[in-house]
Amino acid sequence: MSSFNSTIAVTGLNATDNPGPGVAVIRSLRADPEFHGRIIGLAYDSLEPGIYAADLADDVFLIPYPSQGSEALAARLTEIQKRAGLDVVIPTLDAELPLFISLEAQLADMKVGTFLPTRDQLDLRSKAHLAALRGKVEIPVPATKVINDASELYEIHREISYPFFLKGLYYGAYRATSVDEAVHAFHRVVAQWGLPVIVQEEVRGDELDVVAVGDGRGGLVGAVAMRKTFLTDKGKGWAGIAIHDPVLMRLTEQLMGALRWRGPCEVEVVATKDGGYHLLEVNPRFPAWVYLSAGAGINLPSAVARLAAGHEVKPMRDYRVGTMFVRISLDQIASLEDFERITTYGELRRSAGSAQ
Amino acid sequence: MDGHNKLRDLAVSDSGFVFDPYTGSTFSVNLTGLTILRGLKEGHGREDIVGELQTGFAAGDADYHRDLDEFVGQLRNQGLLPLDFSVER
Repeated sequence: MSSFNSTIAVTGLNATDNPGPGVAVIRSLRADPEFHGRIIGLAYDSLEPGIYAADLADDVFLIPYPSQGSEALAARLTEIQKRAGLDVVIPTLDAELPLFISLEAQLADMKVGTFLPTRDQLDLRSKAHLAALRGKVEIPVPATKVINDASELYEIHREISYPFFLKGLYYGAYRATSVDEAVHAFHRVVAQWGLPVIVQEEVRGDELDVVAVGDGRGGLVGAVAMRKTFLTDKGKGWAGIAIHDPVLMRLTEQLMGALRWRGPCEVEVVATKDGGYHLLEVNPRFPAWVYLSAGAGINLPSAVARLAAGHEVKPMRDYRVGTMFVRISLDQIASLEDFERITTYGELRRSAGSAQ
Repeated sequence: MDGHNKLRDLAVSDSGFVFDPYTGSTFSVNLTGLTILRGLKEGHGREDIVGELQTGFAAGDADYHRDLDEFVGQLRNQGLLPLDFSVER
């Protein structure tokens, strides 16, 4: 790819045991030998681990939580734009995407590029509407029902057999084998993620994941398929391996066509023992394991940054099958001065040398 | 992906480390398994594979045939060969 010299803002620096994708996105950008720009980290909390990795973001700014609404975010991004001169912003968290999508035109006026799906595309792939994709893609979608009241669980077995999963709109999945377990799980999901709750049929098999980028016109920019080889107790992939699966790639291309998806996404499927595939979820952002794409030879975060900056990116197909990732937990040493800057001033400006 | 094609696409190292690019699964096989696997990948028949085992190992004829059949059974169980696959006598 050609030389690329932009200032790119990335969210999701919460690299915890349930990591946000921001650190992986930034590492991918840094791994692009043609990237010579600056990276700005956008964090919600002063203890997000990615803030303190000096080789990741040149500068870090705190931004308001999505619950504070788009006006607060717009005001903060305007301020950051004035101070840091952003060219591109890559949001990486589910809950913030509706806000960034609603600000797309405003950001464009500020000369800040994005490469995001439309609100309609975002809604169509949501867990609540995934069943609407039936018939548009070859891959079956498990039976799904959206509920807003625990009382609905007493009749739901007529439509979806036990065991099934109860899922939050953004995150969290609990398996239920009886109505008692289902009611308990319902309240756990609501307490953490609010309503609605999505009930999804269980499909048994191997979970496979694809990180993909759609061009917004129905085409696939690039994709890497992966099988998790080690899971945490939260079901998060702690290790994985890039695989060659032509059927899965064809299904991903179909999905990009049906959704006319623009931007990054993670496609989660279950491969059953009989050779079938079932679509579990389409997450509307990069997964936390996206650095594997750069390691395997298809740097998808770099592609998205370039597309957001208005550059052309040729479709990328060939990657090194068998490339593995193995995640690691490290204790970073952080200085009290850095913590003070991010806590007191809401920013940590390494490129400027000190807080402004 | 049928088992024949899968077998052809397996990456097999000299140490007997085997990688299935379709599933990401990895296996380790011993020298006997490695000899059989390489023979199957190259499309060799029973007599050829048994001949390759006779060249590399000192055992009775019945042992070679049994090793071959048992190993093929393991490959079937791992989904690397079709369930109805066998090496014809």
